[in-house]
Amino acid sequence: MLRFSKLKLISVAALALIAVLYSLPCLYSVQLRDAIGRGAPSWVPGWLVPNKCMALGLDLQGGAHVVLEVDQPALVKQMVQQLQSDVRGVFRDARVAPTGGVPAQPRGVAVRIGNADDKAKILPKLRELSQPVQMPGLGNGIRNLEVIDNGEVIALTFSEAGINDKVRRAVDQSLDVFRRRVDPEGTKEVSIQRQGIERVLIQVPGLQDTKDLEAILGKVAKLEFRLVAEPGANPADVETLASEEGGGTMQVERRVMVDGADLTNAEPGFDQRSGQPIVNFRFNVNAARKFGQVTTENVGKPFAIILDNKVISAPRILQPITGGQGQISGNFTVESANKLAILLRSGALPAAFTIVEERTVGPGLGQDSINAGKLAAYVACILVFAFMLLTYGLFGVFANIALAIHILLIFVIMIKLGATLTLPGIAGIVLTIGTAVDANVLIYERIREENHLGRTMIASLDAGFNRAMATIIDSNVTMFIAAAILYFLGSGPVRGFAVTMIVGIITTVVTAVTMTRMMIALWYRWFKPTKIPF
Amino acid sequence: MKLLRIIPDGTNIPFMHWRRYSFPLSAFLSIIAVILFFTVNMNFGIDFTGGTMIEMRAKSDKISIHDVRVKAEKLHLGDVEVQAFEGKADSGAKQLEVSMRFPLQPGGDKGQQVVVEKARAAFADDFEFRRVEVVGPRVSGELVQAGTLGVVVSIIGVLIYLWFRFEWHFAVGAVIATLHDLVMTIGFYSVSQIEFNMTSIAAILTIVGYSLNDTVVVFDRIRELLRRYKKMPIKQLLDLAINQTLARTFLVSFTAMLALLALVTFGGSVISSFSWAMLVGVVVGTYSSIFIAAPVLIYLGLKTGSLDEPVSEGAAAKAKAA
Repeated sequence: MLRFSKLKLISVAALALIAVLYSLPCLYSVQLRDAIGRGAPSWVPGWLVPNKCMALGLDLQGGAHVVLEVDQPALVKQMVQQLQSDVRGVFRDARVAPTGGVPAQPRGVAVRIGNADDKAKILPKLRELSQPVQMPGLGNGIRNLEVIDNGEVIALTFSEAGINDKVRRAVDQSLDVFRRRVDPEGTKEVSIQRQGIERVLIQVPGLQDTKDLEAILGKVAKLEFRLVAEPGANPADVETLASEEGGGTMQVERRVMVDGADLTNAEPGFDQRSGQPIVNFRFNVNAARKFGQVTTENVGKPFAIILDNKVISAPRILQPITGGQGQISGNFTVESANKLAILLRSGALPAAFTIVEERTVGPGLGQDSINAGKLAAYVACILVFAFMLLTYGLFGVFANIALAIHILLIFVIMIKLGATLTLPGIAGIVLTIGTAVDANVLIYERIREENHLGRTMIASLDAGFNRAMATIIDSNVTMFIAAAILYFLGSGPVRGFAVTMIVGIITTVVTAVTMTRMMIALWYRWFKPTKIPF
Repeated sequence: MKLLRIIPDGTNIPFMHWRRYSFPLSAFLSIIAVILFFTVNMNFGIDFTGGTMIEMRAKSDKISIHDVRVKAEKLHLGDVEVQAFEGKADSGAKQLEVSMRFPLQPGGDKGQQVVVEKARAAFADDFEFRRVEVVGPRVSGELVQAGTLGVVVSIIGVLIYLWFRFEWHFAVGAVIATLHDLVMTIGFYSVSQIEFNMTSIAAILTIVGYSLNDTVVVFDRIRELLRRYKKMPIKQLLDLAINQTLARTFLVSFTAMLALLALVTFGGSVISSFSWAMLVGVVVGTYSSIFIAAPVLIYLGLKTGSLDEPVSEGAAAKAKAA
């Protein structure tokens, strides 16, 4: 009980010192923290400089939390359309006409081929459309498209794995697009993460009104330039789209001249003649050549600028546009022109997304929560400290010192883990103030019991610590299991609560057991007491 | 200095005798809680029901809650619940605070955005929006699943751990006590009509953890006494174990309650549902580890002298014969 190595003593003392040193920055002003960061010698690595406090969760600092989900039915529809066009291509290359065209099915297409020779020619080509799905850890056994030969009818159906794979890739590709849209300058602390397979979580600190955010996140922003269909064109090549210019609809060609993926830049501007807000854009070299060629051939005819299957405007081609530059005019305000420019620069989303969850907290409420949490924590500390002092006297002081270090350690570990402090997290810390003395109480009560059984003081201390240890481990492991499960199944603020619990459980064993033990041992060595002071 | 001693040393309270009252009482309350759960609906928050919740604070003191109700009804967004609180503005003046809850709108996930738009249009001039939450139908369903799963998995996890560390009697006893606490807490939510949301799941899991912690401390002592006193009648032994750990059980529950009282009183409205549930949970958890977990061991057939030996009738009989 009384013997422990110098090394152990020093390391525990160092731990206490670290706890104080690295949790102090939370009391500093932002200016002071920055000054420490700048003033630190350059040979000290950044993570060692004590100038950080925990990041606050959105529920405390205010901001917006939005969860978007891939519109899977729309994505599947898009996949089916692509497949239809691929299948048509196969038939065209083989110079065979499918009986009854290439009708779409819910998750694929079905084609009918009457002639056996044609079928023998086509089937291998159709099978080539199917590709293996890369599944992490599962090899390449699964294909994205199942080609089933039912005699005259051949069914091509996307497999579950194929659709999931597409969804996953769509979400991956969208992460960057979302970042460019939400934070075009790259200056905000926006967090954009994948959540599960089909969701994206976007957190924007400080944002209040999510109306703008919804507007820029909810758009696919697929830009297309197509020719306006001439009267008498083949109906199969023509599509009717809604028009934003004066309402109504407009007939445009199915064939896309150039699309948004070929843009290299887009900036808001003003039309030189009318003074109306417009968006200026620039194509890459290939698209510029193609656009120049088409406009040269169609001088005098109108072409349609289409955004997300809606015609924004349909200007007449006055002269060939060969420079790779152009402008989009429409019913824009300065703000909407600016937004469209951001959308075009960010690129189109690979799929449509729907907002499935949205939470915003104003800065006022966040600050109120911080204040309330702080007050509750201080009051809890005072009550528990006083109670322990009244119950155990000097040993209560030891327990209180251990408790204080314990709380500071929770802070330090959370800072170093980069964990965010949420309101339930604060509640977790306050609860810890109440339960962290558990180990101390277990030990002290045991010491008291052993002492009452007539053991000497030193034997009681010894037995108290040793016997209580098994109980402390058992009871903390059960708590730990509950907290760990909460972490894995919870989300957002609740997770923050689980983190504080887990960290608290781990540090309590160090502080309440080892630290208290050393304090008692030193006290015994220095003061040579003859009886237990409670 | 005369130190505080709330639980005197060497208590000898016949807890096992009291099980005659505690068991029927707990059974009665549990049945009531279950009946309440199925008849009186819990006040589920939008985390679980889906819908839109808006909290706002009036910009001036000329706005009455009645006006807000009328205006909210006129949005035609289904049965809207409007609650008024008295908040304090930064200047210290009293200010009307309103919380509105709109039900899920038709049209799936895509249909929900319209609520915030309409509410902003109607109230943004007179109110500061402090909190807006929109939960679509899909997410809310998943949250229910994750929450239920969390509670079930953690109970199973603890059951397995205790099975390894103790005899099976203890594992089962601990789980019965924990289920008791769960039912009581849910009953509390039904009676009080406090909103049940995602943080309530956190509260429940913490209560599970806390109650188990308390129970394990008592069980630890029972195990120790079983090894020491091979001949003591089981009821007497259980009483002894509870009495010996009573001071600790009480002290830790007391400090936990002190902290939670601070949280209930000063922690603010956002987590008050969490704080209240925890406070009730700590009281119930302490009660159950004394009055449920330990006495239930008798019914599970725990006997003195049975420890460290295979726990079967045959083995026990053999031990007696020897």
